[in-house]
Amino acid sequence: MDPILLAVQTLNGLQLGVLLFLVAAGLTLVFGIMDFINLAHGVQYMIGAYFAATFTAVTGSFLLGAALALPAAVLVGVALERVVFRHFYGRDHLDQVLATFGVIFFLTELVRVIWGPTPLSFPVPAWASHSVTLFGGATYPAYRLFIIGGGLAVAAGLYALVARTRFGMLVRAGASNPRMLQALGTDIKRLFLLVFALGAMLAGFAGLMAGPILSVEPSMGDNLLILAFVVIVIGGLGSIQGAFLGALLVGLVDTLGRSFLTDAVKLVLPASAAVDVGPALSSMLIYVLMAAVLIVSPTGLLPAKGATR
Amino acid sequence: MSADTLSAPPRAVRFRGALLPLALFALLAVVPFVAGALGQPFYVSLFTRIMIFAVAALALDLVLGYGGMVSLGHAAYMGVGAYAIGILSFHGVDSGWLQWPLGIGAAALAALVIGALSLRTRGVYFIMITLAFAQMLYYTANALSTYGGDDGMTLWGRSSFSGLVKLSDARTFYWIVFAVLALSYLGLRRVVASKFGRVLRGCKENERRMAAIGYNTALYKLAAFVLSGALAGLSGVLLANHTEFVSPAYMSWVRSGDLIVMVVIGGLGTLHGPIAGAVLVLVLEEVLSKLTQHWWLIFGPLIVLTVWRAKGGVVRLFGGRA
Amino acid sequence: MTLLLVERLAKSFGAVAATRDLSLDVAEGSIHAVIGPNGAGKTTLVAQLAGELRPDAGHVLFDGRDVTRLPVHRRVRLGLARSFQISNTLLSFSLLENVALAVQARHGHSFRFWADASRDGRINAEALAVLQTVGLADRRDRLASEVSHGERRLLEIAIALATGPKMLLLDEPMAGVGPEEGQRMVEMLRTLRGRVTILLIEHDMDAVFRLADRITVLVYGRAIATGTPDEIRADAAVREAYLGEEDDELVA
Repeated sequence: MDPILLAVQTLNGLQLGVLLFLVAAGLTLVFGIMDFINLAHGVQYMIGAYFAATFTAVTGSFLLGAALALPAAVLVGVALERVVFRHFYGRDHLDQVLATFGVIFFLTELVRVIWGPTPLSFPVPAWASHSVTLFGGATYPAYRLFIIGGGLAVAAGLYALVARTRFGMLVRAGASNPRMLQALGTDIKRLFLLVFALGAMLAGFAGLMAGPILSVEPSMGDNLLILAFVVIVIGGLGSIQGAFLGALLVGLVDTLGRSFLTDAVKLVLPASAAVDVGPALSSMLIYVLMAAVLIVSPTGLLPAKGATR
Repeated sequence: MSADTLSAPPRAVRFRGALLPLALFALLAVVPFVAGALGQPFYVSLFTRIMIFAVAALALDLVLGYGGMVSLGHAAYMGVGAYAIGILSFHGVDSGWLQWPLGIGAAALAALVIGALSLRTRGVYFIMITLAFAQMLYYTANALSTYGGDDGMTLWGRSSFSGLVKLSDARTFYWIVFAVLALSYLGLRRVVASKFGRVLRGCKENERRMAAIGYNTALYKLAAFVLSGALAGLSGVLLANHTEFVSPAYMSWVRSGDLIVMVVIGGLGTLHGPIAGAVLVLVLEEVLSKLTQHWWLIFGPLIVLTVWRAKGGVVRLFGGRA
Repeated sequence: MTLLLVERLAKSFGAVAATRDLSLDVAEGSIHAVIGPNGAGKTTLVAQLAGELRPDAGHVLFDGRDVTRLPVHRRVRLGLARSFQISNTLLSFSLLENVALAVQARHGHSFRFWADASRDGRINAEALAVLQTVGLADRRDRLASEVSHGERRLLEIAIALATGPKMLLLDEPMAGVGPEEGQRMVEMLRTLRGRVTILLIEHDMDAVFRLADRITVLVYGRAIATGTPDEIRADAAVREAYLGEEDDELVA
């Protein structure tokens, strides 16, 4: 195994993991506190990327575009919460699935109407378009390092928010025992809206960071949403630490699996078969990981304390 | 009144409850004749497709409406059934006697493995896990470059049944799908009223209580899940034969969501509901997509409003009984 | 002869010990009550005996068999059935069907996919007989959601009885029941004496002292005393634990 390739792929895995964490963190908080399943979370990520691409094109600056895209993404999230989602708190999960599905259909089509069905061009900002030389002569795109750094910084900030502030205390209390919030006399509606806005911001942030390296298109959220589900199942519902651990695991296993598994399969099977079996197996790898976690610990590796769901 | 007829509903109620299903099947039975009279063979194909999805929606209703399990990955079992036909056809096996049981069996096996893992959890977890495993099958199909990868592949032709019936004839195929739907409907009516069905309904309403009277609830739920997967597999077998094409899109999560929409809009936990739902959703798609290419803008909010306001599905509007 | 033997049971939730070194034996055919102030760990005890919670340490022996690690449904099959403190019936099912499901469970597996379950005469007849025992036969076709709270409490017991138990774990059967319906419940339980062993978890001291052969007092997860009603009344430690709010009840 080429050590340089391994290093590069590990960084790629880390970068995917960081993006997954940003999406999964919002999802898991909303699940944990409101017992609400929001399938449209992936669409919110996608819209973040569209906003950033558009505002960057208009202002000519990635940072300015990002600064405008972030509040816009939060605004969409808050509008969704006010208009649709709040009516479905406390309803069956089935109703929530359907309602958020309807929102996905609507928003995806709306994006198609506004921006067209073809992927949007969203270039990597000039100040990060070079490659950085790492140890041992390996080179790595600076922008991807920027994603890793930015994501980790947000993760640290989020951890501080949840672990240190009164808002975080309420969030933790709500995730382990939703009824306790009422007992504490919290303004539930406001807390829900805040948590939702926070989730929308994290998803929007992930979208605007991912935009330049992925293709900005209406279906870009689907894939990430389902990976985020896998992250949450592995990490444990309602827990930020769990989402972080799960996201890094999924990011690394998926990326490393895709780059090395086909070669590994070639050692066992003839090359002609390995071409089919390798990719099929590597795309299954994270789900096998999820199945293994389910068998060992159905509530995930680091569930929110006291959570029973 | 003797003890053995205690719980049977009065005859008048049973009759009224049978009206809507009868009307639905009567509608489906006249489609080929109307299409022939209008010179519109397209309707035969549209309603064949509708009935195929109705079978899948029935399958989903068994776990969703009667077992209370929100499976967000049922398109995957349809896809497995379809791919079994596609792969066998690719390798020159076109005998339906072999294709159909293998397609159904493969889907049942997938449902057994996925169900056994997913049923270790409940609630939001169950939804996420059924979706995730369905997505795994979707990506696996995408990775099978021999069988067309993400483009899918065209079949050599429909299944052959030793020359007994010609599936290639659109009308013959229509009646075969009609028969499969009718038998699935009648069969499931027996199943949900049977001892097994009663246990399943009990698990939906209160699983803790069912365990406390001695039922291994996970086992009964798993059996329902496998039965449902097998029936969804059968609908996939029909779909592959209908389109003479298989592709990963059959397993996409939007397809799984569509199936849930059909069941819920039609009427959860009634067996004619999913059939009505399949007719309604697919006809609506047809009509709306003629109106505008951006029909999702209408359909999406329509779903939200239906779920928000009209609990119980359209069959309840006709006063139909479960 | 001992039917249920609990040996040195322990269960903690984090730093809170809900059950501590608890031992208990229930003689076959007796009515054995467990009482204790709020937070004494009664609910946790029931959950461990029924199999919903796994103890951290200790054993539960039922009918000579170690059932400590058996799941709920296996214990029921061995003859250890329970009722719930908060009525836990199938609300959209008729009373008869609620009981018939329990009878059906006793008749072996339910992987019967074809015949109409509601027309099984043998099961319906047995279910009806159980409803008669608790005095609900005339309500058999009502849905569980339609009957009164007191009737639902009786249905709880009927469902547990229909599993054919050697022993009933009754978790506060009198909870939320008015004096008249409470009287009906006490009468009904009295008719069960000798036919089935009962472990009665109850708040209603009056009912406990009228029904129980033996009483165990639970305080902070520990059994501080076990004895006949008279012995318990006279026990100094019990009086201490109950001093104040519930002292009057004990004396009465």
